[in-house]
Amino acid sequence: MSSHQDERLAAVGGPIWTPVFKVLAIVAISGVIVSLWRFWVGIGPASALTDAYPWGSWKILNVIVLTALGSGGYALALLVYVLNKGMYHPLVRTAILTSAVGYTTGVIALVVDIGRPWNMVNMARPWEWNLHSVLLEIAVCVSAYMIFLWLEMGEPIIEGWAQAKDTRLRAVARKIGPYVHKYFPWVIATAVLLPTLHQSSLGSLFLLAGPRLHPLWQTPFIPLLFLLSCYAMGYAAVVIATYLSAYVWDTDPHHRMVAKLSKVMAWVLVVFLVIRWADVLNRLSVAEIFGSGTYTWLFLIETMFLAVPGLALLSMKVRGDPGSSFRMAMIIVVGGGLYRLNAALIGFMPGDGFSYFPSVLELTITFGFVAMGIMGYLYFVKRFPILGERLPAGRTAEPGANV
Amino acid sequence: MDRRSVLKSMVMAGAAAMGAPNPLAGSTKQGQGGHGDHDFSVEGLGMLYDATLCIGCKVCMVACRESNGLELPPDTDLWYDPPDLSSEAITIIKLYEGEEGGDFSFVKRQCMHCVDPACVAACPFTAMYKAEDGVVSWDPERCVGCRYCEIGCPFNVPKFEWESRNPRIVKCQLCSHRLAEGGIPACVEECPRDAILFGTREELLEEARRRIATEPDRYHPRIYGEHEAGGTQVLYISRAGIDPGDLGLPALDDTPLPENVRNVQGILYKGMIAPLALYAALGFTIAKNRKAAREDAEEAGTVGYTPYDDDGSPPRENDR
Repeated sequence: MSSHQDERLAAVGGPIWTPVFKVLAIVAISGVIVSLWRFWVGIGPASALTDAYPWGSWKILNVIVLTALGSGGYALALLVYVLNKGMYHPLVRTAILTSAVGYTTGVIALVVDIGRPWNMVNMARPWEWNLHSVLLEIAVCVSAYMIFLWLEMGEPIIEGWAQAKDTRLRAVARKIGPYVHKYFPWVIATAVLLPTLHQSSLGSLFLLAGPRLHPLWQTPFIPLLFLLSCYAMGYAAVVIATYLSAYVWDTDPHHRMVAKLSKVMAWVLVVFLVIRWADVLNRLSVAEIFGSGTYTWLFLIETMFLAVPGLALLSMKVRGDPGSSFRMAMIIVVGGGLYRLNAALIGFMPGDGFSYFPSVLELTITFGFVAMGIMGYLYFVKRFPILGERLPAGRTAEPGANV
Repeated sequence: MDRRSVLKSMVMAGAAAMGAPNPLAGSTKQGQGGHGDHDFSVEGLGMLYDATLCIGCKVCMVACRESNGLELPPDTDLWYDPPDLSSEAITIIKLYEGEEGGDFSFVKRQCMHCVDPACVAACPFTAMYKAEDGVVSWDPERCVGCRYCEIGCPFNVPKFEWESRNPRIVKCQLCSHRLAEGGIPACVEECPRDAILFGTREELLEEARRRIATEPDRYHPRIYGEHEAGGTQVLYISRAGIDPGDLGLPALDDTPLPENVRNVQGILYKGMIAPLALYAALGFTIAKNRKAAREDAEEAGTVGYTPYDDDGSPPRENDR
């Protein structure tokens, strides 16, 4: 939208190898070691996956749930660039960074998950694509989006170069700057279009399961519900990242922006819940909704985890209080994650007598990649201007009332 | 051709193509790539399993394993009795026991070779495809091992080699290697009771209807696979009193599973019109917003900075 020079963004600085970072590194390295071992022995010994439950924590948690949390860059770009709510601009870099680490680790987990990754070269052979496959669309869109997430950083990078000491970088910036500037709207448009397509398609994946997905989740509206859930979870992830960063490094918590974002989040959740319940009530009888045992409970818990923050954040008092809005964002992550987990895994019914719970080794890989993502976040905020400037010593952040 | 397959040829009167290679070659427009353009009304090759004739001897399982080069699991003793389909057993005989004593039937399981298969719709790189003769086949050069075919298949048929570092998706391919040489599927050829017939779906349906009509006391009137999930090329008939749908086969309505996807994604992505329109709208909106913001900034004399706020007021101090 405009340059960042007056937004007072700055690298946090400080040492990279803190104790927390070392612990994360141990978790990440464990994940990498188990991943390498999995390529040697096959997927079976490294996981609890079976032919009945062929998709487990790597696809469902690392990809389907974590890319929703990584949708902050998309959801915020939609607000800032499309709906012209430029006030959120200072949060955009935090959002894009969480997206970049979320998607990157998700894609790496996907490579560990698939059995014959060397055949991914078929991505470069469009004549072998099945254009009717939902998964193809996701594979293509997610890969392309990863590239565009980094291209989105192009404008700030060029602006940075334009002021660099190195004359060559300045020359490059002068040369390509105007083009980048001219075509940047289309870069952003692509970076908004791609997640719109693949985040909804992550839900459409399960249309094919037909009666094998419990009717509480199997609905023609599943792409819309997945899309809405990625907005709520993406915003929540931005709120959490912003507040945790402010807590740890005393950076600008952007209270007023977070409070306004919480209001957007609340309305997204309200729309989600209205569509969710209208659809369920329209398709199913009361007996089917409330008499499905564990599935009913999961549906109600999921509803509660989204309704509580959705309604609470409508109140100015709640979203004006940083502590409350942080807690509500955490609840949204749990509720949205549970919705996706239910629709993709728990509600999947391959037949009587089958069950799945991830093995320790499987989770080692899952958490290894999560740790890797957090390490990436920590590294980038310390070395690059992502977050707001550190507040002057002695000045505490004011709660963002009056919203 | 040995005695048994001659016998079968007689049983399958009218299936003149029986011994000839690729009986349906040229009769369909189904190709390996771009299977999305398949004409799903075309009848493919399949099998008819008559549960009233099966005695559960499992010769079909042995013949299948030998013909397809499937190895026994290393810890197998004399007796090999897999409880379910797996990458080592792509056809199995199961025993169905009714609630009251004496009411039992065998049932043979293998790929159903659906008319409109969910696994084929699922596969991102057309590794799972419908061959020209309608056989649902798997191509190792294209498969990335994503296992979406396993999520899609309502019959739990495609199996993954979990213990392998070069895993394959394994399932019945109707002994296409034998068909190519003019043969018939090994299980059909070796069945001592002629409980399995091979032919086109049309012929098999006709034979099933004929059997039910001539011996209504012997057969249950239902043909499983005639309508289920849009129809399958493998069909089941069973004896009176036992619905073939009760033999452990899933209860499915008549809609092909890919239809659920086409009904939603097909509309959203029809001709890529909606995505392209969205893309154009996004691009022009963003360009317009940026231009307006720049002009505002220039007017305010703060080039490179715009006081973005809902009410146009400059950011308040506590934003910082």
